[in-house]
Amino acid sequence: MANEIRLRVNEKTHTVTAAPETPLLYVLTDDLSLQGPRFGCGLGQCGCCSVLADGIEIRSCITPVSKIAHKSITTLEGLPAYYASRMKLKQEPELHPLQDALIAEQAVQCGYCYNGQIIKGAELLFKNPKPTEAQVRAAMNGHLCRCGTYPRILLAIQRASKTILALSKTEGVAHA
Amino acid sequence: MRSADDARELDRREFLKATGSLVVGFSTTETLAAQGPPIIGAARGTASGPPDEAQLDSYFAIHPNNTATILSGYVELGQGGPTALRQIAAEELGLDFEQVLTVRNDTSVCTNGATYASMTVGVGGVKLRAAAAEARRALLMLASELLRVPLEDLNVEKGVVRTKSDPQRSVTYGELLGDKPFNRKYEAVPYRGVGLELPRTNPNNAPPKPRGEYTIVGQRIPRFDIPNKVSGRYTYIQHVRIPDMLHGRVVWPRGQGAYAVSNPKVISIDEHSIQDIAGVKIVRRGNFVGVAAEREWDTVRAARQLKVTWDTFAPLPGTDGLHDSFRAAKTKDLIVADTGDATAAFQKAAHVASASYLGPYQSHGTMAPNCAVADVKSDSALVMCSDQAIYQTRSAVAQFLGLSPDRVRVQFYSGSNTFGSSCYVEAALAAALMSKELGRPVRVQFSREDEFGWDNYAPAHLADLRGAVDESGKIVAFEYQGWGHGSPGPSTVAQLALGVAPAVIDPSGGGLFQLRLSQNDMYDIPNRRIIDHRIPGGYLRIGALRAPLDPPYFFAQEGMLDELAHLARLDPYEFRKRNISHPRWLGVLKAATDAANWMPRGAASNISNARIATGRGIGLGTHHVLMNQGDRITFAAAVVEIEVNKDTGVVVAKHVYGAMDCGLAVNPAIVESQIVGMSIHGTSLALKEEVTFDHAHVTSLDWNSYPALRFGEHPAVTPIVIQRINEKSTGAGEEVLPAVVAAIGNAFFDATGVRLRQFPLTPRRVLAALKSASSNAQPIA
Repeated sequence: MANEIRLRVNEKTHTVTAAPETPLLYVLTDDLSLQGPRFGCGLGQCGCCSVLADGIEIRSCITPVSKIAHKSITTLEGLPAYYASRMKLKQEPELHPLQDALIAEQAVQCGYCYNGQIIKGAELLFKNPKPTEAQVRAAMNGHLCRCGTYPRILLAIQRASKTILALSKTEGVAHA
Repeated sequence: MRSADDARELDRREFLKATGSLVVGFSTTETLAAQGPPIIGAARGTASGPPDEAQLDSYFAIHPNNTATILSGYVELGQGGPTALRQIAAEELGLDFEQVLTVRNDTSVCTNGATYASMTVGVGGVKLRAAAAEARRALLMLASELLRVPLEDLNVEKGVVRTKSDPQRSVTYGELLGDKPFNRKYEAVPYRGVGLELPRTNPNNAPPKPRGEYTIVGQRIPRFDIPNKVSGRYTYIQHVRIPDMLHGRVVWPRGQGAYAVSNPKVISIDEHSIQDIAGVKIVRRGNFVGVAAEREWDTVRAARQLKVTWDTFAPLPGTDGLHDSFRAAKTKDLIVADTGDATAAFQKAAHVASASYLGPYQSHGTMAPNCAVADVKSDSALVMCSDQAIYQTRSAVAQFLGLSPDRVRVQFYSGSNTFGSSCYVEAALAAALMSKELGRPVRVQFSREDEFGWDNYAPAHLADLRGAVDESGKIVAFEYQGWGHGSPGPSTVAQLALGVAPAVIDPSGGGLFQLRLSQNDMYDIPNRRIIDHRIPGGYLRIGALRAPLDPPYFFAQEGMLDELAHLARLDPYEFRKRNISHPRWLGVLKAATDAANWMPRGAASNISNARIATGRGIGLGTHHVLMNQGDRITFAAAVVEIEVNKDTGVVVAKHVYGAMDCGLAVNPAIVESQIVGMSIHGTSLALKEEVTFDHAHVTSLDWNSYPALRFGEHPAVTPIVIQRINEKSTGAGEEVLPAVVAAIGNAFFDATGVRLRQFPLTPRRVLAALKSASSNAQPIA
């Protein structure tokens, strides 16, 4: 039966009425009208629906909304602000460096899987700002791309890594 | 500058702020009325299209701020076609790229276009270029009158028309025509069927710009859709919500059966099975069953939980029995080509090879299961979907609902990349049917299982090949016998709902095959025999999937070519050079082998005892759209380097070098992206993808039962575009794909000395092939 559920998404608190077992994805798309997380399989196999929960990438299509009540959810829409806060930047950038890098590499084709590619890539760069190619491949392996853009995503993550490292040097920001 | 699509994204966001929900859509009276940029000209208004192609106003609107909108019927499927069209229009109109906008594809707004068979640039671009040249001349004539100078004394840059003799005297396109119609007819480029260009006859047609003067076409302009796609502002069909809408799901058996024989039949529906989910509506029409509810999760649960008993399907041969059943089938045989005297040539040839090659059913496997939103009234319908051809969807919906086509409006929203006829028509018809039955707008979202289980698969294929070479390494005879079956024509949803009997055989599968073979003239082969064995129905639904039928066809052809090279003791590249005279085929072969730093040696001449064997292979590929299409062919070649783990049977592609000559590459950067995409997709087809089925149903229903290439195992890709400014633009999204599949097959032989003639090269098949080869203990020929 439906309950009132409070959840924190992109630094705002929302109250929705939903059955507790409702996958978080349906609340984000249908109740909060977000366009970042999106339906791909409903099985946790492809990564289209990924969001960050307290900075950890999760699959919102198989995560009951009741399970994230005490976590802070970041979607693609909130990623630049979350990045600014993690990096203690004075000003929130328009885009996360990985998003900029994906434009620079002209990586995107249909772009449907890119919500998950960006969320997972950003999670990786928070944890490890200078990943090796093998580390990128391992971290990203759960995110399918049917347009076949993996080589460009790999390049973009490496490009974003350089941006983040350069920023760390100039601003002396800590990696949280 | 924002495109019109971007502007509308903003409109929706404004609306979102006001209402707290993402809503698009229209009131009843607006359903059929045109929206978006000012719709001018005699052909449109509230009437549904397609507008007259011979009217300039059908193609362009010129705005007071000196921008133009192109009303193109070609859609963004993820491959960047609309960016290329904007380049063509801007170049020819005399505007900057940023001054040309696009609109959402809509039957109330746009010209007729069909975004398949690589036609966006190859056909749409040709029509657009001719119209734009005409529009530019019309605008210059207006300027000539206004400025009172002859046409020859005018030039135009960025939509500003200046007098050569006095550059201070100028006028802009916006001032000349801002939101007013051209009211001008011209001779549109005529086409016959799907993409066969016919000559124009009017001697007074506006000449297109000389290609040597291009400044926008041929440039690597960034795609305009990418920023919104990375920021999350891009609206996919899966995001669309309209007021008063219900969420719907289709309920059908898990995975299709032997579809060309019998439809699924409902025996009973147990409505009590979902009584714990409040407010769910069940829609039943014939054997179509759907559920709908206010909240999406309730619909998902209801679709899973509703107990429907179905009649049993006709039997299937099962994945492992598939190709034997093809061979055993009573076929209708057709000699597609018989040139020279193949029988005699085989008898006296120095070396003859023969072998059977096998290809699987493969799925579109779209990232996003298809989705559609429909609002059906008693006398009109609005359908939002991600079809590749909006006017074809309109016809399908109109026929299905019994409405006249001009009472149906179809709007395109991108889904994920579809690569051909995935389930988008099924989703559109299901949404239309449920909306009609429930009297409310309905959004139908397919599940992952729906999409895999009810797809129109790439056809499985069996081929018997025979080839002969002489002592000098020239191919003297080639025979190809192929087996394939057709597909039931009408959509599954229409068949279920209306009880339309499935067509037992539609020869389209065979036709595709025939085309492939009769067109193949890449090699100079004097004696050629090609036989098409058409199997009657009783298998899975098939349809067009990126380069339809080319992956199994080129896997077989290029595999046999490699076998002949081996018999002739020649390097595979050298062997192909001896048998090809067409400079553009030689051009792509050289480009790919140069990039790969190909050193001459025979295949399988470098085999080691190491656990990980390495190998390299070559493949050629193209995609024929039409009979006698002449210059509408694209030339592609691939070299692939692989590793084979002989203990586990795992094959990993390490590097793909893909070269493509598609004539004039309007945007070489986008063509490179396509080569990258095709290289990865082709690797996935060659190594991973196979639709499995038991004796009743398809059993590939998710990403575990239908594995695809993952991030961790992707090869590096080197794309090479051969730019030919003065040639016609041809397709750029299909041709490298079969070349890669073929090259991987050949690389496997190079690595192991064992010829594996069935793809995908799964570990099970690899281990079996290696084991069989070692137990036969035959020396490597």
